[in-house]
Amino acid sequence: MKSAGFTTRWLPILLLVPQLSIIAIFFYWPAIYAMQSSFYLQDPFGFGSTFVGLENYSSLLSSSEYMKVTRFTVVFTALVTFFSLALALLLAVKADNVLRGAKTYRTLLMWVYAVAPPVAGFIGVMMFNQSWGPLTELARSIGWDFKLGVNFNDTASAMILVSVWKQVPVNFIFFLSGLQSIPKSVREAALIDNRSSFGRFWDVTFPLLAPTGFFLLIINITYSLFDTFGVIDTMVKGEPGNNPMTLVYKVYVDGFRGNDLGGSSAQSVILMVLVLALTIFQFRLVERRIHYT
Amino acid sequence: MKNFKLGVSVAALVMAANAAFAETEITWWHAMGGALGETVNEIAEKFNASQDDYTITPVFKGTYEETLTAGIAAFRAGEQPNVMQVFDAGAATVIGAKGATVPVQDLLSDNGIDFNIEDYIAGVRYFYADSDGKMIGMPFNSSTPIMYYNMDALAAAGVEPPKTWEEFQSTTAPALKEAGYIPLSQSHLPWIFTENFHSRHNLPFATNNNGYDGTDTQILVNNDAIKAHFTAVSEWKENGMFEWYGTGWGDNQTPFEEGKVAIWLGSSGSFGGLSKKDLPFEFSATLLPYWESVTTEPTQTFIGGASLFAMAGKSAEENKATAEFFRFLTSPEIQYFWHAETGYVPITNAAYELAKSDGHYDRAPAAEVGIQQLSLPGGDNTKGYRMGFYVQIRDVMNREYGRILTGETSVEDAFATIEKEANELLARFAKTQG
Repeated sequence: MKSAGFTTRWLPILLLVPQLSIIAIFFYWPAIYAMQSSFYLQDPFGFGSTFVGLENYSSLLSSSEYMKVTRFTVVFTALVTFFSLALALLLAVKADNVLRGAKTYRTLLMWVYAVAPPVAGFIGVMMFNQSWGPLTELARSIGWDFKLGVNFNDTASAMILVSVWKQVPVNFIFFLSGLQSIPKSVREAALIDNRSSFGRFWDVTFPLLAPTGFFLLIINITYSLFDTFGVIDTMVKGEPGNNPMTLVYKVYVDGFRGNDLGGSSAQSVILMVLVLALTIFQFRLVERRIHYT
Repeated sequence: MKNFKLGVSVAALVMAANAAFAETEITWWHAMGGALGETVNEIAEKFNASQDDYTITPVFKGTYEETLTAGIAAFRAGEQPNVMQVFDAGAATVIGAKGATVPVQDLLSDNGIDFNIEDYIAGVRYFYADSDGKMIGMPFNSSTPIMYYNMDALAAAGVEPPKTWEEFQSTTAPALKEAGYIPLSQSHLPWIFTENFHSRHNLPFATNNNGYDGTDTQILVNNDAIKAHFTAVSEWKENGMFEWYGTGWGDNQTPFEEGKVAIWLGSSGSFGGLSKKDLPFEFSATLLPYWESVTTEPTQTFIGGASLFAMAGKSAEENKATAEFFRFLTSPEIQYFWHAETGYVPITNAAYELAKSDGHYDRAPAAEVGIQQLSLPGGDNTKGYRMGFYVQIRDVMNREYGRILTGETSVEDAFATIEKEANELLARFAKTQG
């Protein structure tokens, strides 16, 4: 049997060139540049610079504030990922059971997906407005004196809430289509074996959803780490103050607000390493336990 | 055919004429949004209408921080504007980068425009100057923190605006609280309660002559006077005599506008905006209070706001246009126009005289408070400060002050942290200049 292939060696290379050059220009080049400037302290205008070796890294690792931001980022990412996935799964399972009007529910639940993160953040700022925000009043009615932008934990809760709200629809779509692709015969067989719908979900549906779930886990961690930037930026109203922030937002605050190019580059290199480690961990350890059909 | 030829020659003639009378075009990047941005556009239009040789185009680039970052990125790409607005906290970055800007004093004298630093009012003169007193940036929107008060509230409580913090603490605040008001809020803890706290009491804010004389500077913020101030402020907050609504400027100003807060410390540049809003009460303003226990001879404050820098790397022709624009901008009429529209202080003595003789302060006495405060007697520590990475130092202050006021840290620990982190940032900045 003859496998299909290119007759010349140049054609495939030529076809790959656009994609490769995009990766090189927009990923490798800036990454290498960031690594280089992380070893320097330089005047933002580009006049003076001093080679400082690993000083940018050591001052970050010895900074208690950077550690606080790291801890917050881990908690934030864990909570946003967990709640986005759990809520979406719950909604998807419930929506999957509904036959009539399913399309309407689906559309309504997907709607939020179209909201851009900064807009979501802005809606959050309005809902939690200190003097007239409806959610602030709701919190007050249960005795929680909610103060966005003043109290660290209150601001963090608002950020998590808005980020989850924004992400649930994406997860919902994937979970719902995952659920609907489970063959009817499998479900019927399970129905005979186990009468408890709760038991059936954990024994049959959940494992079959695992590939979708794993994919969504990666997507959601990436979202919580990086894409929540817009939500955080609007919710702190451009003033970091004593508000919570994630590692990505700190790269922006130090680099683009504070003009500390060296320190900010070192932070982005640390983030790159973190993401690399996370990806390797996920694919090496977690994916082995997932069975694709 | 004949018509076509005629058309071509007419077109050629028009083009030649355009080339001969081409105006020199310059750009001005600024951070003035909303009503302020409209006033900026009006100034540009006035300049363009005043002569035929130059055209200036103002471009709004976002917040102060965003404007500075955009300007830096543009400079590195060789696409910098002719004029860039840089705010107080960014001054060290742009002045430190020698070769990024043309000192405004050189720019003016090279283009045959008279310049005398004594023409500028005292509080404005040296903030954007180098250690020899040469003016590098042209002060533009200059403001200073002042005390606004709700006249109805003070009348209801039967008190006068406090002159000292002791008076506020013992008399004013309890009476206002009794009358159902939150006595005090403020909009910028680093600017009002830190930088200008040092200036008002003539306390050194940093070594090296407040940082003007070198980059190996150490901040002197961890001192007893300011720690006592913040201890008092957090006690006021406990007792309901002060409220803090977060780091954002507007969040602290809104309760004053709503009539909930009786006294608000804001910028003299807020005056224009407050007057245009139809507030449900009469308001006025006066000088920033001081601690009698710290000094009995309170001094002037220094300016905040921003200045205009002439970016380097432009042709002599364009620099000439920039110089002419600065001449126009500092003329008494334009300064008075800017002052009256916005509340920012006029930067020259001549403009101040013009505003006085025109009766501006008879109509709006509160509009004069900023300039009066800037004209108070000065001291060794009142001309300003120059510290690198100051945007980040302010962020550290805001963070720690927020933690003090939400009970997450003590005054003692907060100031130790600010001192440590600020000095680390200053040491790092010194290396960027190497």
